[in-house]
Amino acid sequence: MSVLPEVPRLPDRLVDQLAFPGRNTYLRMVSAFRDAGFELCADVCAVDYLTHPGRSLPDGVTPERFEVVVNLLSLSRRQRVRIRVQVPENDPVVDSLVGVYPGVEAMEREAYDMVGIIFSDHPDLTRILMPEDWEGHPLRKDYGVGRVPVQFKEAPGPR
Amino acid sequence: MSDHEHEGGEPELGLEATEAGHRQAEERIFQAETSEGAQELLPRGSTEASELRREVGAVLRLPEGGYVDLGDIDIERRDDETMIINMGPQHPSTHGVLRLMLELDGETVLRTKPIVGYLHTGMEKTGEELTYMQGSTNVTRMDYLSPLHNELVFSMATEALLDVEVPPRAVWIRMLMAELNRVSSHLMWMATNGMDLGSTSMMIYGFREREMVLSFFEKTTGLRMNHNFIRPGGVAADLPDGWQDDLEVICDTILARSFEYDELLTGQPIFRERSEGVGNLTAEEALALSLTGPILRSTGVPWDLRRTMPYLAYDKLDFDVIVGTYGDNFDRYSVRLNEIRESVKMIRQIVEMVPPGDYRLQDRKVTPPPRARIDESMEALIHHFKLFTEGFRVPEGEVYVAIESPRGELGCYLVSDGTSKPYRMHIRGPSFVNLQALPVLLRGGLMADAVAVISSVDPVMGEVDR
Repeated sequence: MSVLPEVPRLPDRLVDQLAFPGRNTYLRMVSAFRDAGFELCADVCAVDYLTHPGRSLPDGVTPERFEVVVNLLSLSRRQRVRIRVQVPENDPVVDSLVGVYPGVEAMEREAYDMVGIIFSDHPDLTRILMPEDWEGHPLRKDYGVGRVPVQFKEAPGPR
Repeated sequence: MSDHEHEGGEPELGLEATEAGHRQAEERIFQAETSEGAQELLPRGSTEASELRREVGAVLRLPEGGYVDLGDIDIERRDDETMIINMGPQHPSTHGVLRLMLELDGETVLRTKPIVGYLHTGMEKTGEELTYMQGSTNVTRMDYLSPLHNELVFSMATEALLDVEVPPRAVWIRMLMAELNRVSSHLMWMATNGMDLGSTSMMIYGFREREMVLSFFEKTTGLRMNHNFIRPGGVAADLPDGWQDDLEVICDTILARSFEYDELLTGQPIFRERSEGVGNLTAEEALALSLTGPILRSTGVPWDLRRTMPYLAYDKLDFDVIVGTYGDNFDRYSVRLNEIRESVKMIRQIVEMVPPGDYRLQDRKVTPPPRARIDESMEALIHHFKLFTEGFRVPEGEVYVAIESPRGELGCYLVSDGTSKPYRMHIRGPSFVNLQALPVLLRGGLMADAVAVISSVDPVMGEVDR
C-alpha cells in the first residue's frame, strides 16, 4: 500500500495537493514524499485553531487545537504538496523532520518558539526569535496581542 | 585633610576591592540581561562529541554522512586552542542586526551559529489583527529591500482565497513593479557586497542606480519604500504619465552601467581572488538546506519560480534563468549581476505589452470606489465605509502561495476563518531559511572572508525576524 495519498489535482494551480497524516504516520509519509521526488521542504509552520475549531477537514481527520503545516516542493515534477498534521493541546509533540530535510531546522525552531509545538529528536530545539527567557508562545490564540494605551499624559508601560 | 592622607593605604585598597566587586557584579548583570542562553554557541568543552560531529557535518546537518569524513573532525581539540567570538548584532557588515558566534582556530572558522531575533516585532501576530485591506501595509515592511514582492505574495494569497482574478493591466503593472524591485534590490546587494570587499566605488554606483528606480517608485506609488501599492484586487494607482519614457531611461542607463561593473569588479583580479572558491556550496547541500533563489541557482540548479511555476504573466515573457556552476561567492555575484540584465530585458518587454484597461478589480466588495463617486452615490459611500471600517470578508480556507523574490522563494500561508481578518498569516521568508547556509559556507574558510560570505547570502533582517 502506498503512503502517497491519491488526491486529484485541482485545475487551479494555486491549489496544491493536500495530505492529512496522523502523528504516527507523519514522518513516514514525509520520507515517502522525499523518496518520490520532493527534494525541497519549502516551509514548516504551525497554526493554533483554538478559536476556529470548525474548520473544514476531510472525513476521518479529528480536528485538534494545533496543526503543523509542511509545504514540500518537487523540482523535478514542478509540484507542491501540503501536509497538515493535527497536534493535540495536551501533548503538542510531533516528530522532527530534520533527519529527512536538514533545512527545516530553523523553521521548526520558529514553530516551537511561536506556537509551542515540540519536535521530538530536533537537535537544538531552542527559541529562535524571542529571547531565551521569554514566557509563553506569542502566536497562540490565548496569548494577548499587547498594546500601549493611547494616552498623552502618564501613560502606563506596555502590557 | 591630613588625617585622610595619613590613612591613605588601607581604605584605598578596600575601595579598589569594592570597585572590582562592583564591576564583576555589573558584568554578571550585563551578561544575564544580554545572554541568549541556549541559543548561543556553546564552548567546545561543554559540547558533546555527537553534537560536534553534527556541527561539522555542516554544521552540515546533512542526513547523508558521505560529505563528512569523521576522521577529519578533531573532537579532541582542547578548549584553549579555539576561541569563540561574537560578530554583531551591531556589526556594519552583518546587514542589519544579525549576530554570529564563530569558533575560530587561529584565522580559520570552525563552527558558526547565527543568532537572530533582534528585529522581531511580531508581524505575523500583527497581521492577525489587521484586515486584509490593511495587511499589505504590514507585510511590506518585512523585506524592506523588496517591499513590492511582499505585497504581491500577500495579495495573491488573498485573491486565491477570494477566488477572484485581477484585470490584465493590474497583472502587468504588478509584474513591471516586481521586476523593477528586483533590479533595485540586486543593485543594493551589489553596492553592499562591493563595500564588504572594500570597493567603495561599487557602493556609490549601486546606490546611484538604485536611486533611479526608487524615484520611479516614488513617482508611481508616492513612496520610496514600503509602498503599499500592490493590494488585494489590483494595484493602488495607474502608472504615471510618461512612464514609458522613464523606464526607457532607467533600462538604458542600468544596462549600460552593468557593463561598467564588469570592468570594475568582474574582471578585476583582487575581486576574483577574494570571491572565487570562497564559500562553496553543492547543489545537494543547497537543496537539503531548503535554500532557494540566487544561492540555489549559483550551484547549478535551474529553479526559478517565474519559469518553473509561472505566476502573473511570466509565461508570456522571454527571459533566461541564470545559473552558476561552483556555488561560490563569485557565482552568486554573477547570478545576481546577470539577473539585473534579465530583469531589464523583461521590463522592456513589459513596457511593450502592458494592456489597457482597469488597474484594479471593479468589484466594490473588494476594492473601494473612486473618491469622486463617494460624493455622488450613496451606494459608493456605503461600500467605501464598509471597506475601510470592517474590510471585506474572505471565505474560509487556507492557501500557500509562493513567488520568486530577489532572495528566493517568498511564500505566504494564509488561513481564513471567514471573517475580514486573516486567522493566521505566515510568511516564508527566504532570508530566514537561507541563513542556515552560513555555517556550511563559513566552515574552513578564513575569518577575513566571513564578511564577504555573509554578504553573498544577502540576508535582510527585517524578513528574517519579521
